[in-house]
Amino acid sequence: MIAIEDLSKRWPGADRAAVEGVSLTVPEGTSCALIGPSGSGKTTVLRMVNRLVEPSSGAIRIGGEDALRMDAVTLRRRIGYVIQEVGLFPHWSVADNVATVPRLLRWDAARVTRRVEEVLALVGLDPARFATRRPHQLSGGERQRIGVARALAGDPPVLLMDEPFGAVDPVQRGKLQEEVLRLLRQLRKTVLLVTHDVAEAVRLGDAVALLRDGRLVQHAPAAEVLARPADGFAAEFLGADRVLLRLSLFPLEAVPARPEPAPGPPLPEGATLRDALAALLDTGRSAAPLPGGGSLALADLLAFAGTPNPPAG
Amino acid sequence: MEWLSAHPGLFLEAVGDHLLLSLTGLAIGVALALPLGILVAHRPRLAEAAIILAGVLRTVPSLAVLAALLPLLGVGFTPSVIALALLALPPVLVNTVIGIQGADRAALDAARGLGMTGWQRAFRVELPLAAPLIFAGLRVAAVQVVSAAALATFIGGGGLGDLVTQGLALLDTGRMLVGAIAIALLALGTEALLGMLERHLAARVRGA
Repeated sequence: MIAIEDLSKRWPGADRAAVEGVSLTVPEGTSCALIGPSGSGKTTVLRMVNRLVEPSSGAIRIGGEDALRMDAVTLRRRIGYVIQEVGLFPHWSVADNVATVPRLLRWDAARVTRRVEEVLALVGLDPARFATRRPHQLSGGERQRIGVARALAGDPPVLLMDEPFGAVDPVQRGKLQEEVLRLLRQLRKTVLLVTHDVAEAVRLGDAVALLRDGRLVQHAPAAEVLARPADGFAAEFLGADRVLLRLSLFPLEAVPARPEPAPGPPLPEGATLRDALAALLDTGRSAAPLPGGGSLALADLLAFAGTPNPPAG
Repeated sequence: MEWLSAHPGLFLEAVGDHLLLSLTGLAIGVALALPLGILVAHRPRLAEAAIILAGVLRTVPSLAVLAALLPLLGVGFTPSVIALALLALPPVLVNTVIGIQGADRAALDAARGLGMTGWQRAFRVELPLAAPLIFAGLRVAAVQVVSAAALATFIGGGGLGDLVTQGLALLDTGRMLVGAIAIALLALGTEALLGMLERHLAARVRGA
């Protein structure tokens, strides 16, 4: 768990605080996405959690421990850290890069080797093929995966990610997001991540925290933030397509099915409500068959999209 | 060549002296420049001052340095070595500063964020990444020192320069040429050898 309380950062000589009185909690095993325009202080908040930036005031607790009282180096070794530029060490092999934290923690060699293979496999890279390669021999997507593997290697309970997929092309980004999301859920990591991309925020974050000028504007579950932006700024930042984005967070089962069949090909298994809407728009019909029988009616979908507080899907 | 076959002992002694002068001067210069560079690289104002100082040092002709040291330190091996060390300092200092300042910032941020201490960052990431540039500075310094060591003869420092001055004084063209050619070959050899090592190092660090 990450608990941030009344956190502020004032840089010397700056006329306003970079971060002002931010409080938020990321429960164990969940993720929270910090979003906001540039200069909103989201990266500063993130970097205060592992003390790359020392807070001016406030408190941070990680797994119940006071992070500000711990030795900063010890603290960082317990927190996974992924950045947009990845920052692999170019003079080291992939295996050495991934082994960074285990070696800092003085694990024995056999355990380090085992762990490196394990995490490489976790991020979908074959250790036999990749362990001895050097960073310049990798594609952008592979580098990002190694960055995630390196962050996971020391098995930290908490992960900080700063624009983790910013440097890869959109096609790869979607795939990476999905895989990493699944991985982090499966490993029950507590994740705080920064992004300026609303779609990425709601896809990766169980909760979303919106910042503006160093202050927290809204902090709520992703679907909730999309359904009810706190103010005009939030609504504008989340964008006019937030309704669509919100639909992409729900499975077909979120809308009660109708028993009567509908014409046309059934919606694919695992589709979201957004996919369903797209299919309905595409076919021009008012209902689409569900993969398990019955149908989904456009009227029900519209009612759902308009419901500010839908039943949990 | 006749001179060489007649006096192989003298020649080898001059080469030995020359190398000893050069290596000692270079070693002292590097021993000063490297820590100094590491020390100032993260302090922008000091780094700038160091680079300016290096620029000034570099502009002063070697012969002038030798002459200036004469009243202070007298003649012989020691003042020659000091002059050579001063000559070796600027390129190594400047390249150390620039190499460290140019080290991949994302890698350094990651190193810090993953929990490396300042020393671990310096020795495992920063210096290895700066190494090709530092080594390039070393190569430049070495070539300059090997060439400039020929001037040590003017303050009694010995080395291959002795053969040239003696040859000139005795109108012994053979002796003079042997000295001159040996100096040139030594400088070229240094450049070639260190250049090769440098490319090897750069390939290892950057993965060319």
